[in-house]
Amino acid sequence: MDLFGAVWTWLTAAENWSGSAGIPVRLWEHIQMSAQATILGALIAFPAGVYIGHKRRFEFVAVTVGNFGRALPSFGILGLTYTFTLNWPGNIGFWPTFIALFLLAIPPILANTYVGVKGVDADTVEAARGMGMREGEVLTRLELPLATPLIVSGLRLAAVQVVATATLGAVAGWGGLGRFIVDGFSVGDDPQIVGGALLVALLAVATEVGFGLLERVVTPKTRSQRSAGGRRVLPGPAIGSEAGSAS
Amino acid sequence: MPEAMIRLEDVTKRFDSTDQSAVEGLSMEVADGETVVLVGPSGCGKTTTMKMINRLVEPTSGHIFVDGTDVLEQDAVRLRRGIGYVIQSIGLLPHRTVAQNMATVPKLEGWEGGRIEERISELVSIFDLDERMLERYPSELSGGQRQRVGVARALAADPPVMLMDEPFGAVDPIVRERLQDQFLDIQRRLQKTIVFVTHDIDEAIKIADRIAILNVGGKIEQFATPEEILRQPANDFVRKFVGVERGLKRLALMKVEEIRVEDGPVTAPGSSSKDALEELARFDFDWISVVEDGELLGWVDRSGLEKAERVSDVDPRPFSAYVTGESTLREALDSIVTSRTQVAVVATEGQRYKGILTLEKISKEIVT
Repeated sequence: MDLFGAVWTWLTAAENWSGSAGIPVRLWEHIQMSAQATILGALIAFPAGVYIGHKRRFEFVAVTVGNFGRALPSFGILGLTYTFTLNWPGNIGFWPTFIALFLLAIPPILANTYVGVKGVDADTVEAARGMGMREGEVLTRLELPLATPLIVSGLRLAAVQVVATATLGAVAGWGGLGRFIVDGFSVGDDPQIVGGALLVALLAVATEVGFGLLERVVTPKTRSQRSAGGRRVLPGPAIGSEAGSAS
Repeated sequence: MPEAMIRLEDVTKRFDSTDQSAVEGLSMEVADGETVVLVGPSGCGKTTTMKMINRLVEPTSGHIFVDGTDVLEQDAVRLRRGIGYVIQSIGLLPHRTVAQNMATVPKLEGWEGGRIEERISELVSIFDLDERMLERYPSELSGGQRQRVGVARALAADPPVMLMDEPFGAVDPIVRERLQDQFLDIQRRLQKTIVFVTHDIDEAIKIADRIAILNVGGKIEQFATPEEILRQPANDFVRKFVGVERGLKRLALMKVEEIRVEDGPVTAPGSSSKDALEELARFDFDWISVVEDGELLGWVDRSGLEKAERVSDVDPRPFSAYVTGESTLREALDSIVTSRTQVAVVATEGQRYKGILTLEKISKEIVT
C-alpha cells in the first residue's frame, strides 16, 4: 500500500478518533494551548502597542521586540524553560510549551498594533485634538477603529505561528497534535507522522482563514455602499471573457 | 476700542530642540467679530502663534486670553470645543460619513440626536452643500467639497472663535477663489472672531479685516488693515512681502461706489443734435451717452450727430461694457484700458446711468 493510502487509513481509522490519545482530544489540547498562549500574548502586547503607538514614546521597544521575535528560536526556549519548570504544577511539558508560544505571540501583535495606531494620519489626529477630543476619545474614535485591520492581522500572524509551533510541545512531553508526529518518529510509523502533520497544517490554514474573515468584517468602511458596489461589479466582464476563451 | 475677543500678551514659545524662539514676545488683540490674518514667510511662527490660542502648542511664557479668560487656566479640551479649528489637510475622519464628521463636536458635547440633525441641515443650507453628500465618506469628495465640509464641521457647535490654518491651501486656484468668496459671504453673516493663517498675501488682502505680517521669530512687522498695508507699508520687509502691483492690489480692495464718479457728456433722445454736440464739445469727447429717464440706452458719436436733426434720429449703440457700484476699481481700470474711448461708464445693474470713470480719476484715488 502506498503512503497516501496508509495515511488515509490512519486518518479514518475509528480507533484513532476515540480514547484519551485520540485525534479529537489531541486537537482540542492543541487548540486550547494555542488560544491560551495567543490570548495572554495579546493581553500584554496589545496595550503596550497601543500605548507606544499613541504616545509615540518607547518606540524602540516595539521595534526591538518585533525584530527579536523574528529571531526567537522557539525550540531553544522550550529547552531552556524545560528544566526549571519541571517542578511547576500541571502536566509535564505544559509550561515550557506555553512559555515558548506566549513569547512567540507577542512580537507580531505588538508590532502591528504599534504600526496601526501610529500610522493613522498625523493631521487627522491633530484635527481631532484641535476639535477638543480627549486623548481617550482620539484613541477610541479615531486611532483604534482605523488600526483595527492591522491589529487583527497581527493577531492572525501570531495565532497561525502559535498553532504551527505548538507541535513542538510534544518533544517536551506535552500533548497536542505534535504527539502523533513525535510518537510516529519514535516507532517509525510513517502514516501517523504524515497524518499528524496534515492535521496541524489544516488547523493552521483554518486559523488563517478564520482571522482573514474577521479582518474583513472589522475593517471600517471608508466608501459608501453605492460606489463600493460599483467597484465590485467591474471585474465581472473580465471573468466572463476568460470563461469564454477557455471554452 | 471694543473688548478684544482674543488677546496675546508678550507670548513666547521656545521649542526644546532649538535655542531660537519660534515666537518671541508677541502681543496682539483680535476684536470680536474680526478676521485677523497672520501672514509671513515659512518659519515666521504664524502657525505656532495660532496653535497657542487653542493650546495645541503650550506657550513658554506670556498670557493668552480668549473671551476674557486665560487659556492656560482652562481645561484644554473645554477650551478647544469652544473654538472651531480648520487645518490645510482638513483631517476629516476617513471612516465616518460627512454627516458624522460634521456631528463630531456636537456629539462630544453630548447633544441629542434631534438637535444634531437640525444643526446639520442648518449647516447644509449655510454652506450650500448637496444633501446627498451627507452619506458619503471623505475619500469620495472633491478637494473643494472636503474643504467646505471641514469648515462646516468646525462651525458645527457654533463656536464664537475660529482658527484656520491655510484652509484653502490644498485646492486649485479657481476652487480657492470660490471658497474664499463663500467664506467671506458666510463670515459677513456669522461674524465670528477668526484667526486665519496663510502664506499667500493676496488671500490675506482679500479676506482680512486686519493683517499681521510676521517676520522670523513671530516679530510683527505691521498689523493694519489691508488697505493701509498696501498704501503705507511700514518697512522694507513689508514692502517686499506685499510685492509688486501694490497699487493694483489696492484698487482690487476698493469699490466703485466708494468714490465719487465723474460727470460725463449725457443727452436725451428728445434733445436736438446741436445741444448734444455742444455738450460733447464741453467734455472734449467724440461720443455721448444717451439716457432716457435715468436709463442708459447706449451711445452715439459725433459724426452720427452731425448728420442728424435730433438725437433720436441716430440709433444709440450699446456699451460693450460698463461697471457697477459693486465693481472694484481694478475692474473699472481694466474696463478703461480695454475700451477704445479710455473711459469706464458707471451704471447700476438695472442700467441706471451714474457717470463715468477715467484713468486720471482712478490714479488720484491711489495717490491720496
